[in-house]
Formats: sequence, structure tokens, C-alpha cells
Amino acid sequence: MATVEIRNVRKSYGPVEAIKGIDIAIQDGEFLVLLGPSGCGKSTLLRMVAGLEGITGGQIAIGGRVVNDLDPKDRDIAMVFQNYALYPHMTVFDNMAYGLKIRGIPKAEIRARVDKAANILELGRFLDRRPSQLSGGQRQRVAMGRAIVREPAAFLFDEPLSNLDAKLRTQMRVEIKRLQDRLGITSLYVTHDQVEAMTLADRILVMNHGVAEQIGTPLEVYQRPASLFVAGFIGSPPMNVLDGRIDDHGEVVLVPGGQRLPLPQPRPTDAGRPIKLGIRPEHLAVAAEGFSIEVELVEALGADTVVYGRLPDSETLLVRMAGIPTVRERDRLTVTPQDGALHLFDAVTGRRVE
Amino acid sequence: MQRRVTFDNRLLPYLLLAPQVTVTLVFFIWPAANAIWQSVHLQDAFGIRSEFVWFENFTHVLSDPNYLDTLKVTVVFSIAVTVLAMGVALLLAVLADSKIKGARAYKTLLIWPYALAPAVAAVLWMFIFNPDIGSFGQALRALGYDWDYRLNGGQALVMVIMAASWKQVSYNFIFFLAGLQAIPRSVMEAASIDGAGPMRRFWTITFPLLSPTTFFLLVVDMVYAFFETFGTIHALTQGGPGKATETLIFRVYQDGVVNNDLGGSSAQSVILMVIVIALTAVQFRFVERKVHYA
Ligand SMILES: Nc1ncnc2c1ncn2[C@@H]1O[C@H](COP(=O)(O)OP(=O)(O)OP(=O)(O)O)[C@@H](O)[C@H]1O
Ligand SMILES: [Mg+2]
Repeated sequence: MATVEIRNVRKSYGPVEAIKGIDIAIQDGEFLVLLGPSGCGKSTLLRMVAGLEGITGGQIAIGGRVVNDLDPKDRDIAMVFQNYALYPHMTVFDNMAYGLKIRGIPKAEIRARVDKAANILELGRFLDRRPSQLSGGQRQRVAMGRAIVREPAAFLFDEPLSNLDAKLRTQMRVEIKRLQDRLGITSLYVTHDQVEAMTLADRILVMNHGVAEQIGTPLEVYQRPASLFVAGFIGSPPMNVLDGRIDDHGEVVLVPGGQRLPLPQPRPTDAGRPIKLGIRPEHLAVAAEGFSIEVELVEALGADTVVYGRLPDSETLLVRMAGIPTVRERDRLTVTPQDGALHLFDAVTGRRVE
Repeated sequence: MQRRVTFDNRLLPYLLLAPQVTVTLVFFIWPAANAIWQSVHLQDAFGIRSEFVWFENFTHVLSDPNYLDTLKVTVVFSIAVTVLAMGVALLLAVLADSKIKGARAYKTLLIWPYALAPAVAAVLWMFIFNPDIGSFGQALRALGYDWDYRLNGGQALVMVIMAASWKQVSYNFIFFLAGLQAIPRSVMEAASIDGAGPMRRFWTITFPLLSPTTFFLLVVDMVYAFFETFGTIHALTQGGPGKATETLIFRVYQDGVVNNDLGGSSAQSVILMVIVIALTAVQFRFVERKVHYA
């Protein structure tokens, strides 16, 4: 068990800068999720921690020891790969025991550790099989088993569940959560699935184009997104974003179509400032006055319903309502944001305005 | 599930098979049958009449002490060529597969020798190793080493082994390189994270995963060493000095074509054929079991 510190780490591939200076200190036993769209540099950052990728600038320290120049084998980490990367010519037992044998651990202890891991992951029946004789979910468990028998300083996961079907993914997600609670090993977990991120993480690092857009607990990231990017990436369906302007008194936001939305507290210094206004679909409710929309599409998800509405100025507004649909297409509807549900972002930089 | 291709025309499948079957019949079955027929006959000196002699040719060949010497040379030669050609090729392929500068040029250069005719390759080797005109030969003599493969049987054997291996390295290299590139990178990365250094990764991951390739090349190289090195030996040493570089295949030619002993030569071909078939069968039976087909 150990802390993992990433200090102003950069990575360039020739002229292309994939990671543009990331800083984060991961606590001992913390579960950090790296979340971001495809190509944003999540894997690259993780592979730098693993030692599979050189570090162009900055420092990475595991357990207080700078590891920039250490080989992967000397970093005391274990990794679960997206394609599992099991040794195809070895049995499940040997796959899990490989790293232990190399470290010269006595046979009896290897047996004990593998058996224990196999028990936790319900792999006992498969120990003599080759990976090719296992299902995708079972292979995934073997990959997890290979990581946990090592009892490393840190776990690294690179989208470990993305090759599983939806049901199995949910199941394994819960299992990973249980494992983490039980083992308490510092973990870095890469995913672009926000549900995985929200449910597993102690903290989430939201990445975009090689920079950290926000670092925070799942609720912080949801409740106070630091930028328009985070606001759009976390939450489903995504947050509505409207162009707006703070009025000359700094008391209300004016949006096209004539709506006036009172600010929680007056901000006289921002009077007249153009603004991007964010409202989550689940924070809009039917009311006597507010945005007037024409319903274009109704998606019934069972537990709740997503309504795609069109504002008079032809912008789209999503509304999420509990329960089964009570409106139909082409109905007219008036919705208004709940108190304190407004997110303000700078119109140019997209950063949150507090 | 059964997969089956159906042809409307009943003749078409036979037609499609015909070229392959013809080639096999004309170039393999017919000469082999001919050799077997000849091996139990004795021809007169003019090649006009021949007489059925049962296994006389075989007893004759096998009781000839010279023949056993040739067998010994062949065994040494074949093992050395196979081991050397595979070992060097594997080493080069591993190097070419790692991240080195100019890997492309290096790969191309390594493949060239395969395109060379054995006789041309042999002339090349002569230019290098000839004690009088060869650069390396001259250098060896200048250093005081008594190098002359025309007189020293051991040196001659070493030279034909090197020449024959060298020609086969390219072929092995291509297969080994393809085999290496088929190993997923993440598997090697997982091994390095598990704590394996480069040597251990090679012997516990790479080598076992290459085993289908290695096995295939073992069979191919052995057949090569037995049959296809005739040209190299013929051009370099003609089996000499003495009979120091005379392998079974060379002797078949020597006795049959040069000494005109068709019956004895055919008996030798049949023996050679049996040896190679037996060796291949043994390899499939015992070595293949250890091979992991992913
Ligand atoms: N070897 C390489 N050479 C050049 N560019 C690379 C290399 N590896 C990655 N990149 C670039 O670095 C960026 C980050 O890649 P990375 O694999 O970290 O993305 P990711 O966030 O893991 O995406 P995904 O979710 O699709 O796995 C990408 O733009 C990619 O094109
Ligand atoms: Mg990735």
C-alpha cells in the first residue's frame, strides 16, 4: 500500500503533446478514476505510472519513491489490461502464480495466495484451464486475480470492463467495489464510462486533451462541474447549456426568449456579463411559469422519462421527469429550474463562475 | 457445425485439384516409385538389361563402412545446420522485433540471401574463404592459422555448415519475425509488470508462444539439410577433401550419376527417404506434443 504522486507530468510523442502537465496526489488506499473521452490521454498517463511509457517531463512517485527511471518490474504495481493480456500458454493457476514465482515466494505460500484469490473471484473450478477455455468474464476475473495475488503497492486498471456485456459489467463493477473495500489498495482506474466512475471512485480526475479539467469526489464533480466540458461529460442525459447574460443589476440571468432567471445571490460585479448557463435536465420541473417548450420527442426509460423540448428560439432543452411519460409529442409545456440549480460558466473560457 | 462447400458441377472439384495432383504425381510419386523399382534391380554396365535382385543393393550399401561414415557426416551436418540456422535467425528476429533504428533496412537485408541461388552463394563464400584469393582466408593465413579447406576435412565441414546455414537463416528469420509480431504487446507488458526481466520474458513467454513456428522450422530445416544442400556442397567442396563433406544426398548423386551405380544409388535414395519420413514422424509424435498452438 502506498501513495501515488503525479507531479506536473508531461508526455510528448514527437511534436504531439499527449499529456500537458498533470498534478495529483493519490492517498494511500484511495480509488482514483481517470475519466475522459477517447484519446484524451488516460491510458498514456496510466502507462507512465506503470513504467510502460517514458515520462517526458515531471515526476511520478510511488510510496514516496520517485520511479521515473525504474523498470515496471521494480515499481511494485499490478495492472489489469483491457484485453486482459493473460499468458495463453499457461493455466489459470500459472497465470496468477507467475509474478509470485519470479519474486521467489515459497511454493506453499503461492498455493495459498492463489487459492485465496481464486476463492474471492470464484475461479476455483478453472485453475487448471487455459485462458482460451474461459469465457470473457472469467478471463477478466483471472486478470484481476493475477493482480491481487501480488499484493502490490498500487493497482492500475485500464478499462478492465469495457469488453464485457452490460450485465456482466455491472456485476464486475460491484465486485471491484467490494474488493477495493476489502483490500484497500491504492488504485488508478481508467474508464470512459461515467457510471463506473461515479460508483467506484473516491475521487475522479476528469481529463480532456491531456489536461485535468477537474479533480474531485463524484458528487463534487456532479454538483459543481468546474467547466463546461465536465458539465457535459458527467450526467446523463447531459446538462442543457444556454447562452445568457447577467442583467444590469446583477440579479437575474436573461436568456433569449425573454426568460428571466433569478440568481441565488446578486453579483453586482458581473452586471452585464455574457454567460453560459447550465441546467441539468433532472433539475427542470413543470411549473406555472418558466421556459415554454414544445415537446419534440419523448424517451420512456421506465424509471424516468426524458423529454426533448424545443425553445421558441429553436434551441433544444432536455427535461428529465420521474416515472412514465405524462406528456406526448407536440404538447406544450412550461418548465422552470429548481432553486440553486443554475450553473454559470464563462462565455469564453468555459470555466465555472462561482 | 459442419462447413461444406457445394459445387454444382461434379467435375469441377476434380478439375481444381488436378494441377496439384499432377505435380505431385510427376515430380514426387513417379520418381519415388522409380527409385524404389530401381533399388531392387541390378543394371548391366550399358543400362540395357536389368535384373531383379531382391535387397542385394541395400545389403551392399549398408555393409559399406564408407556409407556409415557418410551417415555420420550427414548427422553432424544436419544437426549443426538446423541448430545454427534456427539459433541465428531467432536471435536476429528478436533484435529486429525490438525498437531499433533502421529496423526496416535491416529486415530487408536479412531476407536477401534467400533469393540467392546456391551456386552463386557458394561462389560468394569461396571469394571469402579461399585460402589464396579469399579475403577472410588470406587474413586467417596471415595471422598464422593454417587455413585450407581443400586439404583439411574439419575446416571443409565447418565451411559447408556455415554456408548452408547462412542460406537458411533468411527463411527462418521471416517466420520467426512474423511469429514474434503475432505475440500481443500487452502480454509482454504484463510479464514485465509481473517482474520478469528481458531474459526471463524471452524464455517463459516469447519462446513458448513461438513454439508452433519453431516446430515448423525444425521440420523444414531438417529436410533442407538432408536434401536441399546438395548445390552448396557441390559448388564448394564436391564432398571433399576425401569424403569429409559427403552427405547422403551428395553420395546418391556421386554413386548414381558419376559412378553409374543406379541400383546402389536408388537404394540409398530409398534409405534417405525412409530416414526423413521417420524423423518427421518422430518430430510430430514427440515434439509437437509440447507445442502450444494459441
Ligand atoms: N505511440 C504513440 N505515438 C503517437 N501518439 C500517440 C501514441 N500513443 C498515444 N498517442 C496519442 O496520445 C493521445 C492519448 O492516447 P491514449 O491512448 O492515452 O488515449 P485514451 O485516453 O486512453 O483513449 P481511449 O479511451 O480511446 O483508450 C492520443 O491522441 C493518441 O493519438
Ligand atoms: Mg486507452
